[in-house]
Amino acid sequence: MLKVIKSGLYTTLQDEGRFGYRDKGVPVSGVMDMLVFQNANTLLENEANSAVLEITMTGPTLLFEKDTYIVLSGAEFETTLNNEPISNNKVHKVKAGDILSYGRLLKGFRGYLAIKNGFKTKEVLGSRSQFYPITKRGTIKEKAALEYDEYLDFEPKISEFKANISLEEIVLKVSKGPEFKLMDDVQLEQLFINSFTVAKEYNRMGYQFDEKIKGHSWSMLTSATLPGTVQLTPSGKLIILMKDGQTTGGYPRILQLKDTAISILAQKKFGDKISFKLG
Amino acid sequence: MTDYPISIRSFGDHAVLVEWPNEVDVAILEDIIQFKSYLNQNCLDPNEWEMVPAYNSLTLIDRNKVIDYQSFKGDLKTWYGQRESVNHREIFLWRLPVCYDLDFAIDLEEVGEKLGISIEKVIELHTSSVFTVYGIGFLPGFMYLGGLPKALEVPRRSEPRQKVMKGAVGLAGKQTGIYPQESPGGWNIIGNCSVPIFDAKRDEPCFVNVGDKIQFYSISRAEYDLHKIQGEVGIYQFEKVKWNA
Repeated sequence: MLKVIKSGLYTTLQDEGRFGYRDKGVPVSGVMDMLVFQNANTLLENEANSAVLEITMTGPTLLFEKDTYIVLSGAEFETTLNNEPISNNKVHKVKAGDILSYGRLLKGFRGYLAIKNGFKTKEVLGSRSQFYPITKRGTIKEKAALEYDEYLDFEPKISEFKANISLEEIVLKVSKGPEFKLMDDVQLEQLFINSFTVAKEYNRMGYQFDEKIKGHSWSMLTSATLPGTVQLTPSGKLIILMKDGQTTGGYPRILQLKDTAISILAQKKFGDKISFKLG
Repeated sequence: MTDYPISIRSFGDHAVLVEWPNEVDVAILEDIIQFKSYLNQNCLDPNEWEMVPAYNSLTLIDRNKVIDYQSFKGDLKTWYGQRESVNHREIFLWRLPVCYDLDFAIDLEEVGEKLGISIEKVIELHTSSVFTVYGIGFLPGFMYLGGLPKALEVPRRSEPRQKVMKGAVGLAGKQTGIYPQESPGGWNIIGNCSVPIFDAKRDEPCFVNVGDKIQFYSISRAEYDLHKIQGEVGIYQFEKVKWNA
C-alpha cells in the first residue's frame, strides 16, 4: 500500500479517462496533462492506461509499504525521497518504508506520480479516474491507502526523459470550433492578437480568463462539448472546458484546443498568460 | 421518412458535429436517434466511438484517432442516405415517482401564486404531461426535458440556491427537470423524485436514453420513503412502457 500521510491541496487518481458515458452526461475525466502522463508510463514500461496520482500546486507526503519503481513528471516541485532531493522524468527505485514528500511548487501546476504497473484502485464505469459523485470520493484524503504491486527488479530501457513542452509553452494551438464563423473581425482580432490571463476560476472542469472579447447575442440549442472546447459567453468571457467539464453546453464553441494545447493549459495557474494560434 | 438537410462540421481533431435544422422538434430528434442507432449497428465501432445526441445535433467522437475529416464527411453523407434500412431503436416511456409534499416542494406555493393556479393544478399539469428527453448533460443523468405546458412556465429564481437536494424536481422557463445530485441551482423546486435516474453502481448507470419519454406521477411521503430505501439497495424496479408515437 501507499499510505497518504498528507494529502496535499488537490490530489487525485487519474488514468486516460472514462469513455462511453458521455451521452449520459458523464465527463471523460482522466489526466489533465496527457503528454507527461504518457512519458511517465513509458519510462516505467507500463500499459498506456496505468493510473497515476495527479498532484496540484501543493503536493502530498506519501509512505511506500512495498518496494517498487516510480517516476515523477509534470510540474516541478521541491521533492524529496527520505529527505534527499529527487528529480523529475527519471526512474527511481523506492523501498518499503521510504517517504516521498512534495515541497514548494517551482514550475507548472500539475505534477504526476507514476508507479510500476499503475495504482490498483477499483474501477468505476471502466476507469480509475476520480470524479465525484461517479467515484465515492473526488480526491485522495489523508490516511488513504492505495494498492500497488511489489516490484523488486526492473531494468528500464530508457532511464530519463527531457522535460516537457507543456511547462514552457504559452501558445495554445487550436482549430476552428463549430460556431467559429459567427465571429466578426473585431472578435477575431481580439481573440488572436491579445493574450489572456488565467483568472481565479480555474480547475479540472474549466479555465476562465481576466480579459474579455466583444460579446454577442447569438443563441443556440444545447449541444455537445469536449475537453478543450473554448466557449464564448454573451458578455464576451472565454471558458475553456477541461477534463471534468460538462458534456453539453449552450454557449457558442468558437475554438477547439489541440491535444497538446490541453496539456499546456493544464500546467497554467492563476495569473499565467496564454494566447491562441490556429493551426 | 423525411430526409433533413444535415450539415456536417469538423469539431477538433477527434470529433465531427452533424446538425439538423435549428428547431426543437420531436421528428428531428427521432431522426437523430435513428441515425445514431444505424451508425452504432453498422458503421462505427462503439468501443472506439462515442455519440452524443442533443436537440438538433449528433456529435461523433473518436476516442483515440485523429479523424480524416474529408473522407469521413463523405462516409457520413452516404450513411445518412442509407439509414432507412435499420429498425427504429425502441423508445420507452418512463414513469417516474415524484413526491410533491411541501417538505420537498419548497417553491410550490410560490409557483402556484406566480402562475395564478392552485398547488393541486400545478401537480395535475405536471403529472399529466409527457416530456421528451432532448439531451442528457450538464450533470451525469441530468435530462433536458421538452414539452412543458405553457401554464407551467415560470421564470427561474432571481437568486440561485447554494444547495439543491438530490432528486429535486424543478421548473424554469420552458424547462422542467430533476437534479440528479446535490448541486447549486436556480430552478423553482416543486417536488422530489424518489428514485435515482443515475447510479454509477449499476452496470448501466442511466437507463434513460435521449429520445425517450418521461411522465411523472404523484406519490405520498410514505411511498417516497419506501422507494428511497429500494433505490439505495438497488431493488427499485423502474416502470417503463414501449412508446409508439
